[in-house]
Amino acid sequence: MYKYIVKRLLLMVPTLLGAAVLVFALLRMVPGDVCEVRMAGTGLYVDQEAIDTCRENLGMNDPYYLQFFDFIAGYVTFDLGESMWTGKPVTYEIGIRFELSLQLAIMATLVAVAVAIPLGVISAIKQNTWIDYFVRAFSIAGIAMPSFWLGILIILGLLITTQAWFGQPWMPPIEYVSVFEDPLANMSQLIWPAVATGYRYSAVATRMTRSALLEVLREDYVRTARAKGLLERVIINRHALKNALLPVVTIIALEFAFLMGGLVVTEQVFNLNGLGKLFVEAVLNHDFTLTQHLVMLVVAIFVLTNLVVDVLYAWLDPRIRYS
Amino acid sequence: MATPDIGYDSGIEELPKSKTWLGAALEMMRKQPLGAAGGFVVLVMIFMAVFAELIAPYDPEANSFEFMLVGPSTDFLLGTDQFGRDLLSRIIYGARTALYVGFVSAFFGATAGLVLGVASAYFGGRIDLLFQRVLDVFMAFPLIIMALAVVAILGTGTQNVIIAITVPFIPQCARVVRSSALAIREIPYVDAARACGFSHTRIILRHMAPNVMAPYLIMLTSFVGQAILLEASLSYLGLGVQEPTAAWGLMLQGGAEEYAESAPWVAVFPGLAITLAVFGFNLFGDALRDMLDPKLRSR
Repeated sequence: MYKYIVKRLLLMVPTLLGAAVLVFALLRMVPGDVCEVRMAGTGLYVDQEAIDTCRENLGMNDPYYLQFFDFIAGYVTFDLGESMWTGKPVTYEIGIRFELSLQLAIMATLVAVAVAIPLGVISAIKQNTWIDYFVRAFSIAGIAMPSFWLGILIILGLLITTQAWFGQPWMPPIEYVSVFEDPLANMSQLIWPAVATGYRYSAVATRMTRSALLEVLREDYVRTARAKGLLERVIINRHALKNALLPVVTIIALEFAFLMGGLVVTEQVFNLNGLGKLFVEAVLNHDFTLTQHLVMLVVAIFVLTNLVVDVLYAWLDPRIRYS
Repeated sequence: MATPDIGYDSGIEELPKSKTWLGAALEMMRKQPLGAAGGFVVLVMIFMAVFAELIAPYDPEANSFEFMLVGPSTDFLLGTDQFGRDLLSRIIYGARTALYVGFVSAFFGATAGLVLGVASAYFGGRIDLLFQRVLDVFMAFPLIIMALAVVAILGTGTQNVIIAITVPFIPQCARVVRSSALAIREIPYVDAARACGFSHTRIILRHMAPNVMAPYLIMLTSFVGQAILLEASLSYLGLGVQEPTAAWGLMLQGGAEEYAESAPWVAVFPGLAITLAVFGFNLFGDALRDMLDPKLRSR
């Protein structure tokens, strides 16, 4: 098992390196650079000399192989450099937003699990009844509904209900407070985006739970359990569900990895200052350093989650052994 | 020889008796009610997109400062936006944009994935291994981040949005098609075709690709829904289709949140259109998967 983990960790290196090359090359194909964006933003006459000095200072006139080396060397020396736009260290820019994104991803996952597993189980047990059709329609609707629209509807609903009940409209706070400082304010801000993304995310997991459970329910050992007269509840909870949850664990973990970087649109709707928003800003400002490291962070989380899922799989299912 | 009666469903299905379109549609409605509902939504969308000029009551791009943010009424069935443009007309024309982006990017993404996936399985060995690693890299990027990166390079606008959506689809489809094609690779007719001296291109395109049509079609239909959603997301962020073109995501971006309280119809109807469209394509795609993939049948 240790051998397997080490092997997988080593295999991550080419994937990460490939991602680094890809994002580095993609960014160099973007027309314009941070200096032009900054000068254009001032609205003054653009001095070619000023742009040149700016480029020189940011090391953008260096040959590409040197720039790439600097980018990769940052991971060895633990110095990721500074944002080209704000001039603050990349680790600082990411650090102040990481907590929000992580918390939101965890909360959305919890919402998804709490919705998906019960619904998926009910849907599988009552296969081809109106309950099943309702749950399936509910989950397909979740996949179909853009999370930003659900977010807009939630804000709209909040405004209208608070207006009707308390006489004045209430909006979730915009400023992020850590959950350890003020749990109430924190929750009143993050519960809404968590529901908006969690619903969509639960839809995928509900479908997975349903089809996995249906498959397991056809296994011989379930028939044996039925034959010896066990209660249906016991069969589902103790015999079938445990085995059916394996693929569900996978899909939930992988979606979680994507949530860390993929909440771009939800953060926009709820005006949250998270990693997704930072990413869009970095791309629009042509802030190469920040964009590169953000992409690598998302990719690394994804690749690591993949590994954790595979190890978890072997741990949960004794039939799976990696050699 | 008659099939022996073995007392339970032998799994042998009777051939459908009627082969007319109407008969097939009725058959589908009975067996796949949800899928048929999805198919109906898809047909309505296509109808709206094709005959937009005839159905839409107003010009979707005509501003009218006389009728700004008018609520739903007999004159404007779904109301107007902050520029006085008729929402119903914009939603009808928006179907054109959504379908155009959806179909074109799904088709090119899935087809490029098909060719690459089959080629990778066909050549095998080192080429396949290398291709897998490249796919790993591409698949490690969230869809929206990949699309954003392409938009950053190419700029906004309908054509570039199509490219931005197509690119992340290719590895997804390639991976699925490759795993199906690996099994096809082992069937003797591929060796027979090689023995006949056919070129690699011919074997890949004429002999192997037609046999992985089922996963290809399944991916294709699921991509259309995803593409519509992705286009809406990009347009909402202001990085997709640009004004004054009618596009559903863009309609939500154009101040939908500011006017949410005073004019909720601006925020509600375009989102409803996106949801219904994607809902339709997903239901239709699910039904198609059930019909095409025997392993999942009767589930």
